[in-house]
Amino acid sequence: MNIPEMDWGPLWLTMQLAGVTVVVLLLVGTPVAWWLAFTRSKFRTLIEAIVALPIVLPPTVLGFYLLVALGPHGLIGGPWKDLTGSALSFTFTGLVIASTFYSLPFVVQPLHGAFEAVGKKPLEAAWSLGASRLDAFFTVASPMAVRGYLSAVVLGFAHTLGEFGVVLMVGGNIPGVTKVLSIAIYDHVEVLEYTQAHFLSAVLLIFSFFILAIVYTVNRRLPIQVS
Amino acid sequence: MSRLDARFQIDYPGFRFDVACTVPLEGTTAVFGSSGSGKTTLLRCIAGLTRASSGFLQFDEAVWQDDASGIFLPVDRRRVGVVFQEARLFPHLTVTQNLKYGMKRSAPSPRRIEFDHVSALLQLEPLFQRRVSHLSGGEQQRVAMGRALLTNPQLLLMDEPLASLDRQRKKEIIPFLQRLNQEFRIPVLYVSHDLHEILQLANHMVLLKEGRVVATGPIQDVFARLDLPELVESNVVGAILETRIAEHEPHFGLTRVEFLGQSLFLPQQALPPGAPLRVQILSRDVSLAVGAPLATSSVLNALEATIAEVSESPGDPYAVEVKLDVGCPLLAMITRKSFHQLRLRPGQKVHASFKAVALN
Repeated sequence: MNIPEMDWGPLWLTMQLAGVTVVVLLLVGTPVAWWLAFTRSKFRTLIEAIVALPIVLPPTVLGFYLLVALGPHGLIGGPWKDLTGSALSFTFTGLVIASTFYSLPFVVQPLHGAFEAVGKKPLEAAWSLGASRLDAFFTVASPMAVRGYLSAVVLGFAHTLGEFGVVLMVGGNIPGVTKVLSIAIYDHVEVLEYTQAHFLSAVLLIFSFFILAIVYTVNRRLPIQVS
Repeated sequence: MSRLDARFQIDYPGFRFDVACTVPLEGTTAVFGSSGSGKTTLLRCIAGLTRASSGFLQFDEAVWQDDASGIFLPVDRRRVGVVFQEARLFPHLTVTQNLKYGMKRSAPSPRRIEFDHVSALLQLEPLFQRRVSHLSGGEQQRVAMGRALLTNPQLLLMDEPLASLDRQRKKEIIPFLQRLNQEFRIPVLYVSHDLHEILQLANHMVLLKEGRVVATGPIQDVFARLDLPELVESNVVGAILETRIAEHEPHFGLTRVEFLGQSLFLPQQALPPGAPLRVQILSRDVSLAVGAPLATSSVLNALEATIAEVSESPGDPYAVEVKLDVGCPLLAMITRKSFHQLRLRPGQKVHASFKAVALN
């Protein structure tokens, strides 16, 4: 079989988007997961439900609201435009923000579970040994929750790779800026370029399979059994 | 002598925790009571792990908590070592890393507890390379004690450290605890509901019941109280005597110990002459005789005693409890019938004979 004339742009863009999104998600999702795991606030269930929304919501619905919010007069887009002078919709940054919302539960939930499994007890031990809260988080809770982090990173990354509806609504289809893999495949099918569609799909399939296989293997060999 | 002053109040649904006590900052103070009496809560309040709704805590000169003036020192700033019921070792670290976790984070101090000293005392060296998950319960608890000690604490808090261990492991650990006390001279607050552990380890005790302090003082005094059986639902302890090994009589399989210039005999002990030995007398093992002790009696242990106080034994209608003075208090439980036949009364001189049991 001949390798068809390929445009690698969408694949590269997709990897960038997923990578940046995962980093943002870890920064945002870890405090949220920590709070959910240890709070006794009555708002806990409310926040849990909000975080889980993207799982059940049709991506187009989420995409629609995000489009409105990211637009030049939107809740996020407005202040952004005042600050930077440029709009968020149909940009890479806009896509990162949208993906963050879209993949949030896939990062928060594994971390939440992992922190809950670690529990208060090792933290109390660490504090009593002179560790500050932040110190205990980095030197005890996080290493003990390493499986949770691994799941969070992989699920967050993989889920962002496959995103379609939200990207289409928020990002449009601008080559090199917002045209990601899933949309490129859709475009190829639209114009009956099945060879290219096959090829990109196979790349995504094999890549996803290998990353999951590696993660499950590593996970099994990790020394720490928490849950 | 420096002291720890503690007052805490917490309202739980259906339970009020209201404890005020002062304990000396030397030796081992047992916090004793049945489960649900608030022992662990008291320990957690002192550690700073539970914040009482209203509390005051002063360690010697330093105020660690005073809610009236908004002072609350967080747990990582109080210089306490905590040993929990479960060892709570960090599973992602080796035994050595666990031991050094607190050591690296503790404040510098002129009187440092040395790593080598602790690992020698607790026999930790063979464990250094082992994975935490591969240690037995007793080994884990020894590492946890070492880890707490190496923070160079001013106070060691132990929350039923032996409760999750079986009888055999307990027997292995107790000598470590006794040695730890003698070697490092750190005051220990030891929470337990196991009377036997406390008799072996404590010099002082705080007795809790339903969230309140019902008795506190040196352990000999607390156990000499006639109202104690009601308080702890146990009337087994007659006396705790601090004796010294005098000599061994291997041909009889006995050891003679000295107590206030008098001799007592016990089954032979492994300790050398001169060594201190704590001896327990059970109140049911004491019998009383008026007049001189019979030279023909088979009883070896007899002390001159003065009757101090008499009270009914609430649980047993046939018995009375007699508080004696043998140089220290001794409780005897005898039948009501004997009590009347001998016409015993306070102030009377009698001879108390008993079986002595070594506590080690």
